[in-house]
Amino acid sequence: MSTVVQISTFLLASLVLVNVLCPAHADKSYEDVRCKCICPPYRNISGHIYTNNVTQKDCNCLHVVEPMPVPGHDVEAYCLLCECKYEERSSTTIKVTIIAYLSVVGALLLYMLFLLLIDPLIRKQDPYTLPLQNEEDSEDVRAHIDSALGRGNTMLERVEGAQQRWKIQVQEQRKTVFDRHKLLS
Amino acid sequence: MEEVDGFSGTTPTEETNGSGNLMDFLDEPFPDVGTYEDFHTIDWLREKSKDTDRHRKITIKSRESMWEMIKSLLDAWSGWLVMLLIGLLSGTLAGVIDLAVDWMTDLKEGVCLSAFWYSHEQCCWTSNETTFADRDRCPQWQTWAQLMTGYTEGAGVYLLNYLLYVLWALLFSFLAVSLVRVFAPYACGSGIPEIKTILSGFIIRGYLGKWTLMIKTITLVLAVSSGLSLGKEGPMVHVACCCGNLFCSLFSKYSKNEGKRREVLSAAAAAGVSVAFGAPIGGVLFSLEETLWRSFFAALVAAFTLRSINPFGNSRLVLFYVEYHTPWFMPELVPFILLGVFGGLWGTLFIRCNIAWCRRRKTTSLGRYPVLEVMAVTGITALLSFPNPYTRRSTSELISELFNDCGALDSSQLCDYSGANANVSTSRALDDTPDRAAGPGLYSALWLLTLALIFKIVITIFTFGIKIPSGLFIPSMAVGAIAGRILGVCVEQLAYHHHDWIIFKSWCRPGADCVTPGLYAMVGAAACLGGVTRMTVSLVVIMFELTGGLEYIVPLMAAAVTSKWVADAFGKEGIYEAHILLNGYPYLDQDEFTHRTLATDVMRPRRNEAPLAVLTQDSSTLEELEALIKETDYNGFPVVVSRQSERLIGNSVVYFTEEAPQLPASNPQPLKLRRILNLSPFTVTDHTPMETVVDIFRKLGLRQCLVTRSGRLLGIITKKDVLRHMAQMTNQDPESIMFN
Repeated sequence: MSTVVQISTFLLASLVLVNVLCPAHADKSYEDVRCKCICPPYRNISGHIYTNNVTQKDCNCLHVVEPMPVPGHDVEAYCLLCECKYEERSSTTIKVTIIAYLSVVGALLLYMLFLLLIDPLIRKQDPYTLPLQNEEDSEDVRAHIDSALGRGNTMLERVEGAQQRWKIQVQEQRKTVFDRHKLLS
Repeated sequence: MEEVDGFSGTTPTEETNGSGNLMDFLDEPFPDVGTYEDFHTIDWLREKSKDTDRHRKITIKSRESMWEMIKSLLDAWSGWLVMLLIGLLSGTLAGVIDLAVDWMTDLKEGVCLSAFWYSHEQCCWTSNETTFADRDRCPQWQTWAQLMTGYTEGAGVYLLNYLLYVLWALLFSFLAVSLVRVFAPYACGSGIPEIKTILSGFIIRGYLGKWTLMIKTITLVLAVSSGLSLGKEGPMVHVACCCGNLFCSLFSKYSKNEGKRREVLSAAAAAGVSVAFGAPIGGVLFSLEETLWRSFFAALVAAFTLRSINPFGNSRLVLFYVEYHTPWFMPELVPFILLGVFGGLWGTLFIRCNIAWCRRRKTTSLGRYPVLEVMAVTGITALLSFPNPYTRRSTSELISELFNDCGALDSSQLCDYSGANANVSTSRALDDTPDRAAGPGLYSALWLLTLALIFKIVITIFTFGIKIPSGLFIPSMAVGAIAGRILGVCVEQLAYHHHDWIIFKSWCRPGADCVTPGLYAMVGAAACLGGVTRMTVSLVVIMFELTGGLEYIVPLMAAAVTSKWVADAFGKEGIYEAHILLNGYPYLDQDEFTHRTLATDVMRPRRNEAPLAVLTQDSSTLEELEALIKETDYNGFPVVVSRQSERLIGNSVVYFTEEAPQLPASNPQPLKLRRILNLSPFTVTDHTPMETVVDIFRKLGLRQCLVTRSGRLLGIITKKDVLRHMAQMTNQDPESIMFN
């Protein structure tokens, strides 16, 4: 199980990394860049928000506010009131991140449901069921597992062995934190 | 070392530590010697000497051939490579966390219809239908009630929104706590006390594992989005250290040597703070260890990676990056110091209450229902935070709004000054708005903020320490920011209405912009954070990296120092040290040990205990040994010359001697275990004062030390004995120190 986790972690990391590096080279989509100017009410003109797709150098009142609502001599005064900001974002990064995150959460939820509901049903007939034990016997259980499953070296058996070991580890952690409150108060 | 005709079966990389012999069949390095058991401390000296040996071997070999030289270069560069990888992965994970939190926090209130993966702000980004009055609304983003019923106003709509807000919050926290419980129980809490203990040499297996990394990242997002009063900075440090551990296992230089691994982990912690705050320099100071350059490199790479993911648009690293340059005045130091005092007092209050609550959770039946506890806290938080608009939104947004100065275009209640919009003079620059009288909106905002302050102070006490990833920086900054902003507005109004008083006259003309309430919020945040964690230098550096204003160093320093003094007057420990004490981790702190005890008082065996279990160098038999190991649970035994003289040879894992006598083949052959003997154990005499002994333990990182008198072995002192003794001296319960 841990190799699967390793692989998926690396995949997720590389996926996000790739999406980080690629947009830097590709052209930004039209919608991802904008210059936003907020102009408050002035005399008898109501407040308005103007957006336009210009470069950062041109992100000022003169280039973005069109059509200019005031006559020529008033433009400077009006523009002093307006606040212009250049903003950019990467919509692909957002989309990929959110969808990847949701899929990982979904996968974990499914695995959790499997572990809690379906796994005990499968293992009921299994001769390798772990007896309930306290911590002192965990050494013996580990040896028991190793000896019982050590006979087969197929992929499935190895995965199962790794999964059993992981389950014991999590159980011990759970005891330390939740039951005996030895760690993490 | 002399090889004997071909039998020995040695591997080429063994240690050269004694003479080989025909029966030295244990010449290959023991597979399990050198790995530590769970919940034990490492032996720094041994790790350091192992690393020096390895390095020497590589240097010697590198002269043999080109390939070996390349391998030695790779070994030298592997440190930097590990830092690079750590920085990249931490930055990526931080970006993912920020983006996901942004989206999920808004998910509690509504959804974007055009593309569900956009948060509120992103959804309205491309819309052309935003008007000046309704800057934040757009038809593509609808609240849940609006989606279900089609209405936007009304009591029923409000109640429906309320209900759904609470339900979403409960769902998120239930998911978080179940994932933590089923997959990685070590992922709960902040992580910083445990990381500090691990960095000082304690072993906690699985704490920095891959499952912990994945679960912590995922549940951190869920926990922060559920609206609970917790932050993500502490858990980010844990996540970064997990990344560090992950990459350590790829290189044998770090995976086999616990001492080198800790260097990497401390650099990873620096990277974690760096991406949490966007403050690379502050992050390095926070990790407080040697290897400064490597830490800085990791922190820089992490910050750069986060910047290129650009989670907040505008290429900022942190949500509350403010950039004003309004000056502050000398008389304003008085309210700043007042904020420092408030920060110190709140810090003390919080630490005492939180530790009491955590102790109750540890010892009574409250601790047996972690899932219910998390759900109850979330339910109460959501119920109480929805009505107040300042607590409904995420804490980071709140802090950002409080830090910002009011410009002419801000439409929030906090900027509702009377006479704001009507007669704005057209000949002023934008941020030079003069002080004005408060409007009604501002008064109601102040009232709501006071309620929010009380709520946050109370709820954070119960939230920090529950069984999901929980950080402390953001809630304490929020408390400080609210208090600072309220004080700032009060000072501003005072200056406006009474500008003819002596103190204001010199620096505040009517019509000028004297007081910046946003600055007070920043100072307040720094004071509260300093009061709780007792950081000073790294705190100031982080705060001025957040603001970009070097001119505010003096107020920040004044507040940080004042809050630390006030808080230290009540109790010496910050919140993380207090949690270390509560859990009994064997962490040797930097405090002076000033009691007048001697080594004899602390050493084992005490007067009424069984005599020291020793092994002789050449007369113990194998069955004596096995019996000894079975009866006792010590990890090491001193080896003496003989039981009569008890002069010390060394401290070993199992017994043994230097030259085995050559016995005829019919007798059972001797067992030679010289290889695992430590020939230079640390010794002190029995009259050494404990001050010196504690100093030796701290500076050399020892695990145990032997006590002798005129060459005769008397007893042994381990690190846990020292800690128990220190606990006894300060009247704490010595049995609470973790021992196995």
